[in-house]
Amino acid sequence: MDLSFLLLALGQLISPQTIAYALAALGLAVQFGFTGLLNFGQAGFMAIGGYAFAITTLRLGFPFWLAVLSTIVATTVMALILGIPTLRLRADYLAIVTIAAAEIVRYVVKTPDLIPLTGGSDGLNGSSTTFDALNPIPPGSYGFGPLRYDENDLWIIIVGWIFVLLVALLVRQLMRSPWGRVIKGIREDEDAVRSLGKNVFSYKMQSLILGGALGGLATIINIIPTSLQPDNYGTQTTFFLLTIILLGGATTVFGPLVGAIVFWVVLSLADGVLSLLISSHVLPISTVQQGPIRFIIVGVALMLIVIFRPSGLVGKKREAFFA
Amino acid sequence: MPDTTASAAQAPLIEGAPAPGVKKVDPMVVADGVQRTFGGVHAVDVDHVEIPRGAITALIGPNGAGKTTFFNLLTGFDKPNKGTWSFDGKPIGGVPAYKVARRGMIRTFQLTKALSMLSVMENMRLGAQAQPGENIARALIPGLWKPREQEITDRARDLLARFKLDTKADDFAASLSGGQRKLLEMARALMSQPKMIMLDEPMAGVNPALTQSLLHHILDLKQTGMTVLFVEHDMHVVREIADWVIVMAEGRIVAEGYPDQVMSDQAVIDAYLGSHHDTDLGDLSEEQQAELLDETQAAVEREEDGTHG
Repeated sequence: MDLSFLLLALGQLISPQTIAYALAALGLAVQFGFTGLLNFGQAGFMAIGGYAFAITTLRLGFPFWLAVLSTIVATTVMALILGIPTLRLRADYLAIVTIAAAEIVRYVVKTPDLIPLTGGSDGLNGSSTTFDALNPIPPGSYGFGPLRYDENDLWIIIVGWIFVLLVALLVRQLMRSPWGRVIKGIREDEDAVRSLGKNVFSYKMQSLILGGALGGLATIINIIPTSLQPDNYGTQTTFFLLTIILLGGATTVFGPLVGAIVFWVVLSLADGVLSLLISSHVLPISTVQQGPIRFIIVGVALMLIVIFRPSGLVGKKREAFFA
Repeated sequence: MPDTTASAAQAPLIEGAPAPGVKKVDPMVVADGVQRTFGGVHAVDVDHVEIPRGAITALIGPNGAGKTTFFNLLTGFDKPNKGTWSFDGKPIGGVPAYKVARRGMIRTFQLTKALSMLSVMENMRLGAQAQPGENIARALIPGLWKPREQEITDRARDLLARFKLDTKADDFAASLSGGQRKLLEMARALMSQPKMIMLDEPMAGVNPALTQSLLHHILDLKQTGMTVLFVEHDMHVVREIADWVIVMAEGRIVAEGYPDQVMSDQAVIDAYLGSHHDTDLGDLSEEQQAELLDETQAAVEREEDGTHG
């Protein structure tokens, strides 16, 4: 019996992918959980941010900090383009526009004519050089227990987690401030908040920009140990993120972090268990069917959460999102 | 002003005889030629109206008269097809709702808008103005907004005590009863110390015991020099607290006057056709009844001609 999947699942506890999803989910929680903005295109913000980082690094030779800044600028521009026409309208319009925009981004970067810039369907490789160059950890193999990392993997995991925790503390501070009060008020009833003299449009825009920027920065963490693949930023990613924040608690700051960890560990475990059952002929399905079945499990889990634990793992019961 | 003294309990509010659009001695709001149409129907078509400063003005009229639409227009929640209006001497036509509120004209809503998933205290704090921590950058440095937060909290506690909600301060607004939400909304509106408060059906859905307390709160507002405009269907309430009554029907101002006069005004009775009115139609003469019947039929025909909202 091959139990190596347990190690993989354990690795997901702290993997860069988990960090990236935690950060992007935190951004979505700011928009959706706290402000009530239906952003169904967080994957689009992630893609735009990732491409801004990779293109400025690879094609323009930007240093790391400037490439990160480019990511923030690019996601801000995207938030402005999507937000200016839709944030004055009813909430559903933002959902329609963002889901379409995310798909547009994905198709545009895959266009063969843009291969010199975006790498087309193959994406972009090697944008980690500027980040790895900052690595103070001497080459070698590090780890605890059976988990081993080389110096660059360890570097991104350390920086990634520190960054996520700092951002979470920052968001928590914001949400406990009068700014957060206005934001939560808008979620409850934006006309009431408007009648109290708050510029609702401006607050919604700030929230969209903040959440989008976190999505873009998440992609940097995601692509540094691997590469930038356009198809990793389809609608599926957005729905993973929604699952994560509902799992952890949409109206909490640490919920998305917990949600991301649980999500990837469980998905990885489910994958391992399924392949074990298939290889030992317990389940009458093929390995091709295995992939989709994982996502059926995710869907069922999401339904169970919304029905039985609407406030998520971390959230307080009385603050349930679907009350 | 000889014919106004009878009902005026205080200094006269108007110059001349009561009539739709009459000039006020000291107007807070002056609106001119305000029109709002929904698909050809004139929801609001007000030629001229002035709302007196420091008094309680009631806006009455049958359902669909355009009262709430007029409220929405004045407070910037809706845009008129044409028209201008000023508040406290400055034009505010076309000014967005949040800026209208900052200038001191705060409104409440017909369907209460308590922010359910915020505590009562947070609801109150949200009503305050000039909180530097509402800026995203300053929000990160508590030292910049904590002192102001303390002032706001003290004021909120005073107001909550006045409205008998102080024991609920830390509860979610969702746990309040309908009447308590009305109180909370009014208290929250007072957080910014507005010059004028506009209440859209403050008594709707409130039990009679709470109605009395709400009435006293509204009278208290006048004592502090605030201008009050409120929409109400209960004529007993209007008679009890209003200094001035404006009657709307089919988008127009059809009558204005002191409460007692307006209640006996034929145009008002016509507008209401007896509904919500404590004057029994049986008290009217036969001629008046026949007249009313004609009016009703004419109104019904008009309704059938076009789709009324």
